[in-house]
Amino acid sequence: MDSSHFFGISGIAYILAMVAYIAYLAFKNSTVGVIATTITAIGFVSQTIAFIMRGAEFYDLGQMGIMRAIPLTNLYESLVFFVWCLILGYLVIEWKYKNRSFGAFITPIAGMALAFIDISGMDKNIHPLIPALQSNWLLVHVVLSFIAYATFAISFATGIMYLAITTENKKSGAYIFWTVTFGIFAAVLVAMGIDFLAFKIAARSPEAFIKSYLFKATFRNDSGIIAFLSYCGAAAFVFLVWRYGLALKKLIESFSISKDILDDLTYKSIAVGFPIYTLGGLIFGAIWADQAWGKYWSWDPKETWSLITWFVYAFYIHARFLRGWRGNKIAIVAVVGFISTIFTYLGVNLLLSGLHSYGGG
Amino acid sequence: MICRISSCLPGVLLGQAANKNVKEHIVSNKKENQNIVDRIWNFFSSVTLAVIVFSLISVTSIVGTIVEQQAEPERNIKLLAKFFGESLAPTAYRIFDTLGFTNMYRSWWFITLLFVFAANLIICSLDRLPKIWKVVKEPIKPLSPELLNSMPLKREIALKGRPDNARSAVEAALKRIGFKANIRSEDGGLQIYAEKGRYSRLGVYVTHFSIILILIGAVVGIFFGFNASLNLLEGTSSPVAYTRNGKEVPLGFDLRCNDFEVSFYENSDTPKSFKSWLTILENGRPVKINGKEVTEIDVNSPLKYKGIMFYQSSYGFSPSKDSLFKISVTPGSGGKKEEIALRFGESFNIPGTNITGKIADFSPALSMDELGRLFTYAQTMNNPAVFIEFTEGGKLKYRQWILKRYPQTWSIPDGTVEFKDLWGAQYTGLQVRRDPGVWIVYLGCIIMAAGLYAAFFMSHARIWITLKEEKGGAKAIIAASTNKNKIAFEQKIEKLAGGLNG
Repeated sequence: MDSSHFFGISGIAYILAMVAYIAYLAFKNSTVGVIATTITAIGFVSQTIAFIMRGAEFYDLGQMGIMRAIPLTNLYESLVFFVWCLILGYLVIEWKYKNRSFGAFITPIAGMALAFIDISGMDKNIHPLIPALQSNWLLVHVVLSFIAYATFAISFATGIMYLAITTENKKSGAYIFWTVTFGIFAAVLVAMGIDFLAFKIAARSPEAFIKSYLFKATFRNDSGIIAFLSYCGAAAFVFLVWRYGLALKKLIESFSISKDILDDLTYKSIAVGFPIYTLGGLIFGAIWADQAWGKYWSWDPKETWSLITWFVYAFYIHARFLRGWRGNKIAIVAVVGFISTIFTYLGVNLLLSGLHSYGGG
Repeated sequence: MICRISSCLPGVLLGQAANKNVKEHIVSNKKENQNIVDRIWNFFSSVTLAVIVFSLISVTSIVGTIVEQQAEPERNIKLLAKFFGESLAPTAYRIFDTLGFTNMYRSWWFITLLFVFAANLIICSLDRLPKIWKVVKEPIKPLSPELLNSMPLKREIALKGRPDNARSAVEAALKRIGFKANIRSEDGGLQIYAEKGRYSRLGVYVTHFSIILILIGAVVGIFFGFNASLNLLEGTSSPVAYTRNGKEVPLGFDLRCNDFEVSFYENSDTPKSFKSWLTILENGRPVKINGKEVTEIDVNSPLKYKGIMFYQSSYGFSPSKDSLFKISVTPGSGGKKEEIALRFGESFNIPGTNITGKIADFSPALSMDELGRLFTYAQTMNNPAVFIEFTEGGKLKYRQWILKRYPQTWSIPDGTVEFKDLWGAQYTGLQVRRDPGVWIVYLGCIIMAAGLYAAFFMSHARIWITLKEEKGGAKAIIAASTNKNKIAFEQKIEKLAGGLNG
């Protein structure tokens, strides 16, 4: 068995876990709950094994030592690792809060992401490292950044859910904000999915994919009509989310998740993610840049955007504690923070150029 | 974590709360006739200013990542045409250029913004520090029943035995959750109190201080250091480096590039490593560094000499008539291998034969198209190849492409010709830096890590347990508070209470 078999097992486990979590919520039977958690844990362990095996394959290929064998150098690997962090974060939440309701939301995301990676035929080949990436800082910088991204993703999800259950008036700013953000977010994900399916063989490297193929099947299509229709479709989709947004409120409420738990989770995720991000993303990134390029800070677009993201989360923490911001206002800041994170992660590579251009996301 | 002013007053200032109210009243009276210093202080200590500066830095930075920094005007005009249209783009560019957006991170107003940010951070911290310092300075004290009653966490437990006997049980239970007990007798019983992580309240200030330190380090670097670059062709040396404005920076010694080499992963154009072999020359004489005259550097390992760092950052290809082809020739008859260096167009002899080889053509990156035609696909030495014509007695015998990266192309009918390198054709791109402030930045980073840890992952937790005599035994009243991570602390208190029960 090689790493891809274990990835397969974990993907199936997450989807089975989703079924079990939904059954648990429906029947409130604690045995079912334990089964759901067990399946998730099996998936997680299996993914961990897969990750280590891929690291070993990488180690054999690169011959550059354990610190440089971290399989986190392209879009495929980083998405898989992101799913791993997400599940880890969820398991911690379940254990700390003794609440299984979120499982029904998180496991399908994880399962679908892995299944999607599999069917999309994303480039799974192991690519050797270019010289700039051959550093022991690669491991800590990239791993900690991704853990922080995952916690920010959780705060984004809980922030959106918070806004969804506290807003009812369709004309209120907060309601429009969350429906439009969520709608665009989902539309972009779908568009990216279409790209992967359309160009799965053509895109040989993640870098090439981002530069040449992202949104080429939809918004950036060579045919103006298809591009126009894509924009119309996305706009219609956002409108539908706005029109029927209250359904999400009902759904979340039926899972017996209270707004206080959501607010607390949003804060906790950021309180864990922010210091990790500062240390792993900014500080270790700066030290590495200093050793590789002789400049710890060069206002390269990726650096600048990570600083902007850092400002947004610093603002979140200060607004919460110095100004006592609570409720919708603070949830909106959390959502904006993750939008900035996404842009730091993908947008910079897509739209702007700079030293980090090889990152592939 | 920084505590919310309104909610942490009772927790932080216990006992002095009443006193504080009076003081605040006085302060608010003062506000009406504050002088100019107070006004400036208040301006810089306001959270509103912080928000405005945060937003301004963010928004202008976004513009700075879109407008290409320090680029050719044409590139940005082309970019601006997408936003403003072809006709308005040159005007828009002039406006952006005048405002400093084309070299934004070095413009006076952006640097001013960073300074305002620093001033705001210092004054905000100083403004709030005394209050926290008071708490940090004073160890936990026993409290009056009224104050204990106002604590967020309370439990009451009945204990067997008299308060004096229960005392050791409480001490042991506190020790189990990591607290060291202090004890004071009161009328009718005892008060046992303990705390942990008092100094963690300073974490926020330590973090803020570290940011200031990093900014100071950056300023020191800008004023007392330099950032320059240097392209050195193999075999040449230079006493200076060049800043991005083209200004010469004397190094105080000479730097020579002996050799440069880039190697690639097999069957790929992904570079595996690029390395330079450098020598420092003082008064024309080589200097030994770590016992060696020649130092090898690559991308993640620079050379340091007299406070100046040389980083391998790029490379390029610039061949000349004097570039040397380095080949080694082994005759097929079993003779000795011979190393040869020669210029383009020159000839060599295969030892023990009358055969002469002449370098007739060269490609830095040879490739073949679908029809089998050869072409050069890059202007760097990705796949260097020489075309050698072999003649015997003036008559062409055979000719062959010999590729450096492919040993199967080295064999010729009369032996082996290995193409080892084209020397003196590649230049190494070095980043040259002197930064006396970098250690301050590193120190700031370490302090920041410690500060963040204290601010986010440690908390100041306090527990008071009053033991009172009751008929047939004792009663323990637990009162506790923490400034963050309340859920985990509650679980600890449960554990404590459970330990006393059992």
